Amino acid sequence: MTTPTPRTPVPVHSPREAPSPVHSPREAPPSPASSTPGGVGSSPRRPDGTLKVTGEFAYSSDMWMDDMLWGATLRSPHPHARIRGIDVTGAVRMPGVHAVLTHEDVPGEKRYGLEYRDQPVLAFGKVRYRGEPVAIVAADHPETARRALDRVRVDYEVLEPVSDPVRAAFDPDCPLVHEAGEDLPPAHPAHHRSGNRVRYQPVRTGAFADGATAAEVRALADVVVTGEYQVGMQDQAFLGPESGLAVPAEDGGVDLHIATQWLHVDQSQIAPCLGLPPEKVRLTLAGVGGAFGAREDMSMQVHACMLALRTGRPVKIVYNREESFHGHVHRHPARLRYEHGATRDGRLVYATAEIVLDGGAYASTTAAVVGVASSLGLGPYEIPHARVDAYGVYTTNPPCGAMRGFGAVQACFCYESQLDRLAAELGLHPVELRIRNAMSEGSRTATGQRVDMPLPMADMLRRAREMPMPPERAAAGPVDVRALPGGVANTSRGEGVRRGVGYGVGLKNLCFSEGFDDYSTARVRLEVVGGEPAVQVHTAAAEVGQGLVTIKGQIARTELGVERVTVLPSDTRVGSAGSSSASRQSYMTGGAVRAACLAVRARVFELVRAAGLVGDDHPDELLGLAGGKVVSGARGVLVSLADLLGASAVEETREFRHRATEMLDPTTGQGASHTQFGMCVHRAVVDVDVDLGLVKVVALDAVQDVGRVLHPQQLAGQIQGGSAQGLGLALMEEIQVSGSVIRNPSFTDYLIPTILDVPPMRIEVLEHPDPHAPYGLRGAGEPPTLSSTPAIVAAVRAATGRPLSRIPVRPEDIVGIERD
Amino acid sequence: MRVTMTVNGHRMDADDVWEGESLLYVLRERLGLAGSKNACEQGECGSCTVFLDEVTVCACLVAAGQAHGRSVRTVEGLAEAGADGAPGLSDVQEAFVAAGAVQCGFCTPGLLVQTEDLLRRTVAAGAGAPSDAEIREALAGNLCRCTGYEAVIEAVRLAAEWTERGRPAGGPARGEAR
Repeated sequence: MTTPTPRTPVPVHSPREAPSPVHSPREAPPSPASSTPGGVGSSPRRPDGTLKVTGEFAYSSDMWMDDMLWGATLRSPHPHARIRGIDVTGAVRMPGVHAVLTHEDVPGEKRYGLEYRDQPVLAFGKVRYRGEPVAIVAADHPETARRALDRVRVDYEVLEPVSDPVRAAFDPDCPLVHEAGEDLPPAHPAHHRSGNRVRYQPVRTGAFADGATAAEVRALADVVVTGEYQVGMQDQAFLGPESGLAVPAEDGGVDLHIATQWLHVDQSQIAPCLGLPPEKVRLTLAGVGGAFGAREDMSMQVHACMLALRTGRPVKIVYNREESFHGHVHRHPARLRYEHGATRDGRLVYATAEIVLDGGAYASTTAAVVGVASSLGLGPYEIPHARVDAYGVYTTNPPCGAMRGFGAVQACFCYESQLDRLAAELGLHPVELRIRNAMSEGSRTATGQRVDMPLPMADMLRRAREMPMPPERAAAGPVDVRALPGGVANTSRGEGVRRGVGYGVGLKNLCFSEGFDDYSTARVRLEVVGGEPAVQVHTAAAEVGQGLVTIKGQIARTELGVERVTVLPSDTRVGSAGSSSASRQSYMTGGAVRAACLAVRARVFELVRAAGLVGDDHPDELLGLAGGKVVSGARGVLVSLADLLGASAVEETREFRHRATEMLDPTTGQGASHTQFGMCVHRAVVDVDVDLGLVKVVALDAVQDVGRVLHPQQLAGQIQGGSAQGLGLALMEEIQVSGSVIRNPSFTDYLIPTILDVPPMRIEVLEHPDPHAPYGLRGAGEPPTLSSTPAIVAAVRAATGRPLSRIPVRPEDIVGIERD
Repeated sequence: MRVTMTVNGHRMDADDVWEGESLLYVLRERLGLAGSKNACEQGECGSCTVFLDEVTVCACLVAAGQAHGRSVRTVEGLAEAGADGAPGLSDVQEAFVAAGAVQCGFCTPGLLVQTEDLLRRTVAAGAGAPSDAEIREALAGNLCRCTGYEAVIEAVRLAAEWTERGRPAGGPARGEAR
């Protein structure tokens, strides 16, 4: 059997310095600086960069084999229906069709799930969302496969959709999406699962913990603001569609080349569904065209494997864009009610929040999203009396799960909007009110967790306020229509354009929380190749575009003093790396690579002692690796690695864990549930055409503390990319769902920011090391996605005077047209 | 049907092409040129942008039959188009990597082709380097979900500078920190 298009192992030697757009006032002394070029703290070239600009980099949808078949998926046209019967006869008879499979053909477990196994591989009994997979086909041409789908007859009894998440949360008469007697696994006892609720998590502190009512606590405050907010459903909108190639193997197993965020969690879900032991389901990471959370849940993985095993031929499945909108989970839309009370001098006294997150038809990560939304629901503020009630519910809407920001984004829009309302009531500058109530190192979150790492929030806010402003709009003279809101589509001369400025700050947990055994694994091998020392780094971590593949090489160079590093393709031949999510891979897989390198170093030093180059009692601390040589502080170069190792290799594998976290108490929500916190502050400047309801973001500047910069250029890419996704949520991005049906499943109607929509983004990076983290680093990918949205909406409010309690902000919200 | 095209300077035939197949499908699945990307196949994202008779098009919106007898240049053909004719990355390709404009890279082939076109119309035509507003206008049809576009604009500036003044020997120049 031929092998699929191979992914070339990525050599990362000969790094070339790249420009750094990061302004980085160092607040703390750097940790041991790398003397090896291309090490930690520099910006070496991405090892996959050349392949990506020549078109040779093999993404999952580029996989190809001579005898492969194409898979396609029949999806439910109804959001909620009972399946009375499925007739595949017409499809099976079509020339070119090799297999048509339904739930009856699933060899093993009929359901899978990331945290909770409630999602059918192929629907049986009921369909619970529009677009749910019902049958799969393999054929010799993708068009043949699509036509075969049309010949599958499914007899549905249409049921009333469960579209309203608030009703699903609170109405005991609401129909159940998952009915009793469905034989689902038991829910976590602390999640208060009942009815359509996937999880309910309360948080209580201060007087609320003692049972005080809102009315009693309200009496403590001079000023009270309340708000009801809505967050629309955002799509990750990665560009590389869900896709992969499954290849049947001679041992009865299957090899899957797949774009995913976590190879091992896919493997642990696929194998039981196929009725195979895990070792017979081998995964290799294919090129990933973006992820942002949407690849944490599986899509076509089991389907491709089933078709490959049934036909004995490789099967490729590639979703098109419309299918992609139905084929992955989205950001939870949310309904939220907030109340904040403060003293006349601007000290927060209490806050309450009720958060309802629409999880859609299947659980996905809804329970964990509730854990984040509840624990961080009030943001980075010191509040003596807090009450949060967060609910995640089943509906027959599209399933929702992970997206960059993961439950913290929805809450951040609301608490920041509340702070702005409060500042207006008190006559304080929004930054001043935030500084008066800012958390810092030593503060406790609403869950009672002490922040035991630097959190220079007040300083960050001041810096954001002091950043240079963009030039004012010219009061007179010719108008460049391209600079107006709406660009060349603007029909005015800017008569109705008003400028506004807004601020936002958010708090995000980094790495997995709530007692999860979060770890990563790395194998590092040092040997001599062609007379030069060379390092191989092997992990299962998913490179999704963020640049982890660069970081792994940098760490190996820094720790082993060797320039030539090769990062092997990620696969399941090495232990789990955990997910490329929760901003965790630099911390976790970076930590694992570092640990494995340190183990290799120790072995090298043993060889030095065994060779008699130093005495047996010579401590490791006096030895070092630099420039491909073993050095001693006192004696200089002892030996080159080439001479020391000869033909032998040193290889070590290490697992790395962050410190343990706790579950939240199911009734008080207390507990140290997070291992690390990240923070970003944004200042947005917008021009709004108040007549046309159009917004142009003029500037979107950020201050972020990342503990330690590993790669300045890639860091800037994370901050700017995250800020742009927050801009999208503020102003344009929404999957419009009515009657549980997606109305805009295309890039024609689902708008993501273009290069015309995103302004120049100035970044100020602070480095206050987290003493618990490798190199002191802090995960950086998510925090900008929290704070950019409320900053932009605040700026639009400042320009228009409108309350704007719903995101994305629509033109009619700006001009004040009521929706029916 | 058989479709014959000149692709990146080479004559290529694709046999048994179904009439409904796009130029993008034929390039990717029949000619083994997977560099042009299939992100939306609706003409909205620009990831499949190629030159068709030296005019940029979304290959997903061109029926394969329409390309019969014509000349196509894809991302795989850019490297040969380097200023000095030597093999290796073109200025635009090199600038995208050097400026950090490549993350997941799925939008990159389309952006490279569109940038190549922009620089040909501006700096290479003696009209000087494009302004930021011109860069934004030229790339408005290319969606990128990873970078927020800042590094993309930086890459185009860098490529324009190299096209105008030559790329420094011994690797890419350090860009200005902005």
